[in-house]
Amino acid sequence: MENSRRTFLKIAGISALGLSAKPVLNAFAVSEHGGKKEAQVLTKKGALAAKRWAMVIDTRKLESAKDLEPVIEACHKIHNVPVFENKRHEIKWIWEEEFKHTFPDLENEYLNDRLKKLPFLVLCNHCTDAPCVRACPTKATFKQEDGIVEMDFHRCIGCRFCMAACPYGSRSFNFRDPRPFIKETNKKFPTRMKGVVEKCNFCTELLAEGKMPACVEASTGAIAFGDLENPESEVRKLLKSNYTIRRKVALGTGPAIYYIV
Amino acid sequence: MLELALKGSKKYYGWMTALLAVIGVGFGCYLWQLSFGLGITGMSRDVSWGFYIAQFTFLVGVAASAVMLVLPYYLHNYKAFGKITILGEFLAVASVTMCLLFIIVDLGQPMRAFNVILYPTPNSILFWDMIVLNGYLFLNIVIGWQVLEAERNGVAPPAWVKPLIYISIPWAVSIHTVTAFLYCGLPGRGFWLTAILAPRFLASAFAAGPSFLILLCLLVRKLTRFDPGKEQIQTLAKIVTYGIILNVFFLLCEVFVVFYSKIPEHMDHMKYLYVGLHGHGVLVPWMWTSVALMVLSIILLVNPVTRTNEAVLSIACICVFFGTWIDKGLGMISGGFVPSPLHHVIEYVPTIPEIVITLGIYATGFLILTALFKMAISVKEELSA
Repeated sequence: MENSRRTFLKIAGISALGLSAKPVLNAFAVSEHGGKKEAQVLTKKGALAAKRWAMVIDTRKLESAKDLEPVIEACHKIHNVPVFENKRHEIKWIWEEEFKHTFPDLENEYLNDRLKKLPFLVLCNHCTDAPCVRACPTKATFKQEDGIVEMDFHRCIGCRFCMAACPYGSRSFNFRDPRPFIKETNKKFPTRMKGVVEKCNFCTELLAEGKMPACVEASTGAIAFGDLENPESEVRKLLKSNYTIRRKVALGTGPAIYYIV
Repeated sequence: MLELALKGSKKYYGWMTALLAVIGVGFGCYLWQLSFGLGITGMSRDVSWGFYIAQFTFLVGVAASAVMLVLPYYLHNYKAFGKITILGEFLAVASVTMCLLFIIVDLGQPMRAFNVILYPTPNSILFWDMIVLNGYLFLNIVIGWQVLEAERNGVAPPAWVKPLIYISIPWAVSIHTVTAFLYCGLPGRGFWLTAILAPRFLASAFAAGPSFLILLCLLVRKLTRFDPGKEQIQTLAKIVTYGIILNVFFLLCEVFVVFYSKIPEHMDHMKYLYVGLHGHGVLVPWMWTSVALMVLSIILLVNPVTRTNEAVLSIACICVFFGTWIDKGLGMISGGFVPSPLHHVIEYVPTIPEIVITLGIYATGFLILTALFKMAISVKEELSA
C-alpha cells in the first residue's frame, strides 16, 4: 500500500514536470530549427502597411493645451480609455508633458520661452529595440513586423515588468475594473479588464482598415505618420527637411516618435 | 515525519493558531484585492511595484541561510555545521515560499500565472526567476527532507542526494543574481542600472539570512531541548560580520560612483532616499535608520568581546536584519521608481490592506517555518533521548 502510493506520487510528479517542460522545450526548438511559426498574420485588402511605422510630431503646429486636447480625446475615445478621479489609477495612451519632463536629459535652465511653455505630446515610442518586449515573460507584449509594439490583453498576467522596463513611462496598468469609467464605449475596440497593462498601439486596428491613426487624423496636419524605410514617405520628407529630436536616444531603444521643435 | 509537526505543547498550538488567524485576515484582504484589483494598494502608474515586490526581493536574501551552512559543511568539511544545516535549509524553504507568494499577490491576473510556462520567454528575466526560485525551493525540500529522514533512521542519506546538495550551492547564488538582474538590466532606471546590484544582493543576503538564523538558533535553544551549539552560532556570527561589512562597502561604492560622477539620472534616486528630492522624502528617516543599524551592527560584530556575548550578538543580529530589511524591503524598490523616468516625483506609501496581505504572507512563512523546525527539532530530540 505504502509502496504503491509512493510509486504513484513519483510517476504523477514526473509526468507533471514533463508536461510543464514541453512548451519550454518547444520554445527553444522553434528558435533553433526555424520550425513553423504558430501564428500567421492575415492582412486585409486595403490595409495600410509599412516596413517600419514612425511618427513625426510638428510642435510648431501644436501651440497650446487647447490644440492637444482633441488629439488626446480622439485616441482615448476610440480606445475606451477610462477616466479616473484617483490619480494613482490613471490610464493614458497619449498625453501632454512639459519639455523638461519629455526630454529630462535635455533640461536647460535658459530654454527659450516658447519651448518652456509648450505642451508636448508623449506616447509609446514603438522602439526598435523595445525594453518592454524584452522584459515581458509571456510575450503578451510583442513586436510586429511593421515595427509596432503591440499587446495581447488576454495573455498579460499583470506582472508590470514592462512598466519598470519602459524608460518613457508610456504604460498604464488597470488598477481596477475600467469599464464603469468609460464614458462611451466604442464597440469596435475591446475594453480591458482589471489587472492588465495597456498602452498606445499606433492604431493597428485602424491601419488594418486602411485608415490613419486617430491622433494623426485629429491633429489636422501637425502629426505625420508613415513608413520610415520608404524614402518617399511623408515622415521621411519631414525628417529630411527639418531638425528633429527623439526622447532619450542615449538609451539605444530607437524611438519611432520624432519631434520637430 | 510530518506527524511530528502535528503533536506539540499548548504553546505550540497557540502560536500556530495565532499565525492561522493572521493568515485568515490576510487572505480576506487578498480576496478583496482579487475582486477590486491592485487599486487597493498604494501602487500607481509611476511606482508600479511596491511593498510586495520589495518583500520578495528581501526574502530571496533570507533564503541564503541555507547555502551559508551547506557550503562550509560540504565543501570545507566544517563538521560543526552538520548539526544545523537542516535549520538553514528549512528557513530557505519558508523564505522561498514567501517569495513565490509575494509574486503571486503582486500579479494583476494571478489566474493567468501559468502563461509564464505556457508561453515560455527566455529573454525575460522573470522567466528565469521562476525557474531558479522554484528550483531552489524544490532542492531544499528534497535535500532537507532526505537528510533529516536518514538521520532519524540512523542511516546515511541516499547517494543521489549528494549531487543535489552540490548543485544547491551555485543555485543559491543564482537566485540572488537572477533577482538582481530583474532590476539592473532596465534602461532608464538609473538607481538599479549598476553592475554591483547582484553582488550587493548577495552581500545583504549573506548578512540577513544567517543573522535571522542565529536568532532562530538562540530561540530554539531557549524553547527546546536541542542546542544548535555555541561554536555554530559563533561561526555564523562571523559570516554575518563579513556579509554586513561587504554590504555597507558595496553601498559606499555606489554612493561614490553616483555622487562623484554626478549624473542626475543616477544621483536623483539616491538623493530622494537619503535627503529628499523636491520636498519629497518619506523614506529619508527610514534610510538613515537603516544606515545607523548597519553601522551599529558592524561595531558590535567586529569586536570579539561583544560578538561572543550571545545577548549582545542577538541585538547585533536584530540590527542587521532590520537594517537590511529597510535597505531592500523599503528603499530598493521605491527608490528605483522615484523620480519617474519623466522626472516626476510621485511617492509611494503602502496602504493598510497591502500591509495586512503582506503580514498574512509573513505569517504563512512562519507557519511553514515553525512546522518544519518542529519536525527537525523533534527528530533531534528523539535521537538525543
